[in-house]
Amino acid sequence: MADRVSFELVSPERLLVSEDADMVVLPAEDGDLGVLAGHSPVITTIRPGTICMFEGDKIAKRLFVAGGFAEVTDERCTVLADDAVDIADIDKELVRNSIRDLGEDVSHAKDDAAKSAAEMALKVAEAKLHAAESPAYA
Amino acid sequence: MASLKELRSRIASVQSTRRITSAMKMVAAAKLKKAQDAAEAARPYAERMERMLGSLAAGISGDGAPKLLAGTGKDDVHLILVMTSDRGLCGGFNGTLVREVKKKITSLQGQGKTVKVLPIGRKGVGLMRRTHRSLIIDQFEELVKPVPAFDQADQVIAKVMELFEAGEFDVCTMYYNKFISALTQEVTPLQLLPFAVPDTDGSEGGEGDLAAQYEYEPEEDVILESLLPKNMSVQVFRAMLESFASEQGARMTAMDNATRNAGDMINSLSITYNRSRQAQITKELIEIISGAEAL
Repeated sequence: MADRVSFELVSPERLLVSEDADMVVLPAEDGDLGVLAGHSPVITTIRPGTICMFEGDKIAKRLFVAGGFAEVTDERCTVLADDAVDIADIDKELVRNSIRDLGEDVSHAKDDAAKSAAEMALKVAEAKLHAAESPAYA
Repeated sequence: MASLKELRSRIASVQSTRRITSAMKMVAAAKLKKAQDAAEAARPYAERMERMLGSLAAGISGDGAPKLLAGTGKDDVHLILVMTSDRGLCGGFNGTLVREVKKKITSLQGQGKTVKVLPIGRKGVGLMRRTHRSLIIDQFEELVKPVPAFDQADQVIAKVMELFEAGEFDVCTMYYNKFISALTQEVTPLQLLPFAVPDTDGSEGGEGDLAAQYEYEPEEDVILESLLPKNMSVQVFRAMLESFASEQGARMTAMDNATRNAGDMINSLSITYNRSRQAQITKELIEIISGAEAL
């Protein structure tokens, strides 16, 4: 269909979503990016955040991505995610626990590399919790 | 001539071996199916990554290219990743690969290059260590456990990147068994560094024009800098999956052969056993009859 975007979300392990949507909002590096059909071609990096798929003016699906890349052309929108999960499937308690553990990891990290890795993971986990607790564009 | 008792115990031992090999064959067959599915599922990501990189790399070429794309401009020091299995009993799976790698090492050394080896998988570590101990700079064992996952590929690449940034090597090539079918694997070299831009075939010519019109957010080189290591992880991950599927295929074939071999052995042992049992009976009969005749 010409006035819809064909959206694909792929993680290294598998193809997660391959559906058409009226609009897709991506958490791009420098701010959210709304993609409608006929968008000009863009390649961008993705920050940890929520991808929203719109049907009309309702959100049909919210997906959390931990980061990755997106390629937009005039008819399709492809997201290569590092890790992706449906917001509805997030276990908040689990994420809270992992935030606590990661916080300890950061303070106990032996060297800079380990510390920055733990900080990155912590940032992703915090974004995940935030995405689960306060849905974007609600 | 072995005694009847010895024959009986040999038959029993071969029978239990056959039971084990046929069970292993079935396990490998089940794992093979899963491994193939996993390899299939990972394909879309790799394909799209390739498409994205193709259009990015087309835009950036020449002087501004990052080091990962352009390389160090030398090819004096080669790093070879050897992707093998952690467990044995899979026929020539690891042996063939390691033989091929050793041939390559010899030819590279013949050209006066320095070679460093990074084996992945316990079997590869063992086989490489025997003859090329001094070349091994690091190793990964028990990495693919229980099935290949993306983090494991990331670990390998993190190590490779660390070495690259320290200027430890100029060219990095990975050797792995490519999955052709359950019966055949093919030893395949894959150059990881510097990045070899995939050849886009003629049909994508139209897309090539489009590629030049992409906008980038943030800058092209920033994206490329994070995309290139990611791509290497994807390549390694793909190789892991292929290698894992090949391993299961190789094991299935090896165990099938072993099971059949054990069956043949049981048959020939049973014939020997029956013959010598019959011979003994005949001998005893002759003894009884000739004893009776003597009276």
